[in-house]
Amino acid sequence: MRKLLFESLIRPPLTEPRPPVSDAAMTELAAAVERSARRRLGRSLSIRAVDAGSCNGCELEMHALSNAFYDIERFGFRFVASPRHADVLLVTGPVTSNMAQALERTYNAAPDPKWVVALGDCGRDGGCFAGSYAVLGGVSKVVPVDLHIPGCPPSPTDILKGLLGLLENVNEKGRVS
Amino acid sequence: MSALSHLIEKGASAQHHAPWPRAVVDPAAWTSAALELAEGRLTLLGLWGEARAVHMALLDEPASSIAVISLEEPADGYPSVARHHPPALRLERAVRDLAGLEPRDLPDIRPWLDHGRWELRHPLGERAATLTGPDPYTFLRAEGDGLHQIPVGPVHAGIIEPGHFRFTANGETVVRLEERLGYVHKGIEALMAGADLIRGVQLAGRTSGDSTVAYAYAFVQAAEAAIGLAVPPRAVWLRALMAELERLANHLGDIGAICNDAAFPLMLAHCGVLRERVLQTANNVFGHRLMRDRILPGGVAVDLSEDGRASLKALLAEIHRRLPALVELYDNTASLQDRTVGTGRLRGELARQYGAGGYVGRASGRGFDARGILRYPPYDQLSFEVPVLNEGDVNARVWIRIREVDQSLSLLGQILDRLPDGSIMRDIPVINEGREGMALVEGFRGDVLVWLRLTQEGGIERCHLRDPSWFQWPLLEAAVEGNIVADFPLCNKSFNCSYSGHDL
Ligand code: SF4
Repeated sequence: MRKLLFESLIRPPLTEPRPPVSDAAMTELAAAVERSARRRLGRSLSIRAVDAGSCNGCELEMHALSNAFYDIERFGFRFVASPRHADVLLVTGPVTSNMAQALERTYNAAPDPKWVVALGDCGRDGGCFAGSYAVLGGVSKVVPVDLHIPGCPPSPTDILKGLLGLLENVNEKGRVS
Repeated sequence: MSALSHLIEKGASAQHHAPWPRAVVDPAAWTSAALELAEGRLTLLGLWGEARAVHMALLDEPASSIAVISLEEPADGYPSVARHHPPALRLERAVRDLAGLEPRDLPDIRPWLDHGRWELRHPLGERAATLTGPDPYTFLRAEGDGLHQIPVGPVHAGIIEPGHFRFTANGETVVRLEERLGYVHKGIEALMAGADLIRGVQLAGRTSGDSTVAYAYAFVQAAEAAIGLAVPPRAVWLRALMAELERLANHLGDIGAICNDAAFPLMLAHCGVLRERVLQTANNVFGHRLMRDRILPGGVAVDLSEDGRASLKALLAEIHRRLPALVELYDNTASLQDRTVGTGRLRGELARQYGAGGYVGRASGRGFDARGILRYPPYDQLSFEVPVLNEGDVNARVWIRIREVDQSLSLLGQILDRLPDGSIMRDIPVINEGREGMALVEGFRGDVLVWLRLTQEGGIERCHLRDPSWFQWPLLEAAVEGNIVADFPLCNKSFNCSYSGHDL
């Protein structure tokens, strides 16, 4: 163990360059910000993940965000254990009928102001599960969505780009108001 | 004659079912199969239904043979298998929810996947309108002095799939755990019906995100078996290459995550780096981190370039270099061993009774591995071992993973060295008749079963996908008993059953 700890002191950090904010995410974001006034949050965002019927692919990439390469806590993002602590609900899946109520309750449990980010192609409109008797077809069918991050699954970098976009806009809004 | 071939001989054999036989049997033979299962002479591989038939896939382990038996027109119900053989219980509850077929004398008549919230009932059978509103679900009772219940989920505290756990505890000790699943039921099998093979493989690859390669692999093997299509050798080898990369990535991630649940995040950090290297290399080489949609009916979607081969070789070298220190760290950290050794013990008889696949079975003495026993290509030309331990605790499941990482590294090396040249895709021929096919592929979690029936036009009439978790989830309930509540995450993670793959 000592050897490993020592090595990690001398090895350079395993990080990737900070990604630029993607255009698609920005456009959606502008619309989101228009919808309601946003208070300044400071450079930190607490995220509560909610799986509303995902295949688990999106969750794998969410997990990857915490590994030594992406280390999202350095951006001020952290995953929290309760919706009561959350600024953002990061929701995946086509929203199955069996999960709709749990999603709604989780949303209601999160304090205002809050944002909902729909993650993945399923989260937008049900993806390849759209039309099934068992899914509602996208996060916005149940709770209002502020931002959508596409992909199947979106890579950790894509998720990071989307979240950064969200944060930067919130801050800007905070400055003007 | 083996128990299985005896059963098959008694029935009427189905036309064009490949590569294993399927026979339509009478209720007496069906029940005798259930009794064989209960006696441990056969292993249950799957049980599924459609509007007018119920099917059961059986494995005769000593003979390495597989067959499907079917019961037709069970409109007024069919003899329950679970009545004799408990591993069939959840499957029969699901068959009733989905196809509306009634298992007679089923010991547990509660619905399983159907929470009363779908647009309709019996989506795979004679569809019926849904009832108004969900019925309340009655959990099993546990009575006694000082018992209390802890309900957990479906939304959990971490980044985990949704499911509900009902613990009954006496102080800190769990006396009963009851699972309730079905929250992520997406209706995949109903979406499959009427789809073409391309959409079919897409859906199959999204049944369980961490096993996207295994599912696509099993789906195309079943389809190709039905059609009778031989795939170019290079494609066959590339499929195995992806399957081993997927296994490697998942095992690395899980070894770290299990240690993290024992409050040892250093392992998670290091294993997370190795997992990420695998995913990044997969992305560079095959264009997708999870290698999703890379396996197609007839072959694979992307070829491996020389550069790709070199970066895979570099990846293998890096893991070879870094892994021993991590294994040593795991093995020599007393505080970690204190949490994993003796925790969540699964008895060997239970693992065998339930036909537990993957590391769950192999850590409890059941050495079944579809790659080893069925030797589907290219594994028939590769050399590898199937590690088996008998302790059945969290530690044993970690060690099976560690040894499987070694095996996968060796398999990847062999594949890269001997990858045949040639094309990677073959056209799908027109079949002009209904056909059935089946496959069993070893995913990282265990054997994934796909059974399908194609229409004359080559579309999908019915496709059934069975995740290894069906037989592992009930065992988790057993393994947790007598452990403290705080060790549940550790037990759960060491099983790492799929929710999405199970709920479908
Ligand atoms: S978007 Fe893709 S990866 Fe995410 S849950 Fe849906 S199918 Fe899975």
